[in-house]
Amino acid sequence: MQSISGLANTSFQALDADLSKDLHTQHQILNMGPSHPATHGTVKFLIELDGESVVGLDVQVGYLHRGFEKECESGTWYQAIPYTDRLNYNSAVLCNLGYCMAVEKLLEIETPERCQWLRVVASELARLADHLTRCGAACLELQAMTPFLYGIEARELTWDLLEMLCGARVTSNYVRIGGVKHGMPTNFVAQCRENFARIRELLKDFDDVILRNRIFVDRMRNTGVIGKNELIRYAVTGPLLRAAGVPFDLRKDQPYLVYDQIDFDVPVGEIGDNYDRFLVCEEEMIQSMRIVEQCLDRLQRLGPGPVDVDNYKVRWPAKGRVFNRMEELIQQFKSVTEGPKVAAGEAYFAVESANGELGFYLVSDGSEVPYKVRCRPPSLINLQPLPLMVRGAYLADIIPTFDMINMIGGECDR
Amino acid sequence: MMEHQASPILDLLIEQCAKDIVDTHARFGDATVVVKSASLLEVMETLRDGRGFEFDMLMDLTAVDYLGQTPRFEMVYHLYSVAKNHRLRVKARVPRIEATDSSFNGHEFVIASVSKIWPAANWLEREVWDMYGIHFQGHPDPRRLLLYEEFEGHPLRKDYPKEKRQPLIGPRN
Repeated sequence: MQSISGLANTSFQALDADLSKDLHTQHQILNMGPSHPATHGTVKFLIELDGESVVGLDVQVGYLHRGFEKECESGTWYQAIPYTDRLNYNSAVLCNLGYCMAVEKLLEIETPERCQWLRVVASELARLADHLTRCGAACLELQAMTPFLYGIEARELTWDLLEMLCGARVTSNYVRIGGVKHGMPTNFVAQCRENFARIRELLKDFDDVILRNRIFVDRMRNTGVIGKNELIRYAVTGPLLRAAGVPFDLRKDQPYLVYDQIDFDVPVGEIGDNYDRFLVCEEEMIQSMRIVEQCLDRLQRLGPGPVDVDNYKVRWPAKGRVFNRMEELIQQFKSVTEGPKVAAGEAYFAVESANGELGFYLVSDGSEVPYKVRCRPPSLINLQPLPLMVRGAYLADIIPTFDMINMIGGECDR
Repeated sequence: MMEHQASPILDLLIEQCAKDIVDTHARFGDATVVVKSASLLEVMETLRDGRGFEFDMLMDLTAVDYLGQTPRFEMVYHLYSVAKNHRLRVKARVPRIEATDSSFNGHEFVIASVSKIWPAANWLEREVWDMYGIHFQGHPDPRRLLLYEEFEGHPLRKDYPKEKRQPLIGPRN
């Protein structure tokens, strides 16, 4: 017995020595994407793997590039608005809003109060839809089908409201330079309250199913973490930054529209892992509904009235007058064929989109065509530190991290 | 030269870096400073670290092609300070390198990279190289960002025709 065990020991020792001496290992290169079922968004990851751990990651974007800026430089100021819809198709209104308010800044016009409250309603509905997509899809990609369906039902209800208000569900094209497309339909307020009641139920079910689910928590907790100083160095904004404990929200810090008159909270996380990001988005949905309800109260008190600036050079006159009066007909004709002339100058305006700071830097040479339309895309900028977030982590951690970054190809690649 | 309405940041910057500043303005409430391209990095470091500035975030970086003007390209940087909640736009014209000067590998338009100051600039400068063909000296990874490597030219230049197509693979018959 003794001799056998002695023999066994020696041979194992020899084997151990062999393993450490001769075992040849090399890193594996893995191509993930550009169209991978577990990443919603067209992006390619070139991953260097040591076993299952990520050693290096090269994120390659651009698959959805379609020349947004070049197209904007060839139409009128108005004709760029539908292109902004296609930037972030989850929250198109926010992109409309950022662009139109940047043009308004150049034109130095202020929109009527009713318009401003309506814009907040539309933006918060868009934010709600965006966060529902983000959280729902994150569950789906971690193999949790049920919460995804709850999220999508809630998103359908949100899109129903957006459709009532804007006339379209996804590419809503609602905000105009100097106003909005039209005011609220009569039964909108009642429908909103009804849908919100159902969305709140769905969100509760959503939370009950997923938040204490062991698999979900294991994959979200402590994954994708980088410190807040690093996030700031990479100019990451939005829920990602707030989840790391920095309460930076343009709606509070540099309020635009009527956000300074609205009572709402900015949720922040502690360590900035994927779980914190998820919780921040969940809470922002609740806050968005709270904001919309306050806006509806105010809009009901304001009653019917104009939603556009009274400036025919910017916003065309009401149809009743166009059809009956010569002067207004000419104004509408000029407005459609040429659109507003914007005085030469430059302006930057940013709104808090669902992903962070969505900014537009516009340069005008004084004509009716923009000289330069630059969109600061939060999706692109938030995606940049992804290699830092997953360095040394498992390959599988890329999925929840990428989900919570919520890169939208249309906005990232423009 | 100095047309600005009560912008404490501009006042402070003029006090500290007067020799590097070409122009300032605060039209539409956006504090803007135009600096000499040679002293860009120096000014940017002051803006990030200096007392009263603390611009810890490079929000955005882009270029504008003023075709017909010399120098032709202008770099535009939008800075934000999380600590102080203030903003500043910094602009610099991109100098043109003579064709006889081979020290920049034949690049015609070259400016210093700010990616060492704010790593956020890495992808944004790659995008500007991609779209405008401005080379960033000291950039750690000077590849195109959105377009493919085989793409010829830089599409956001004003002299690049909008109708021009150069697909990587031809249309399907």
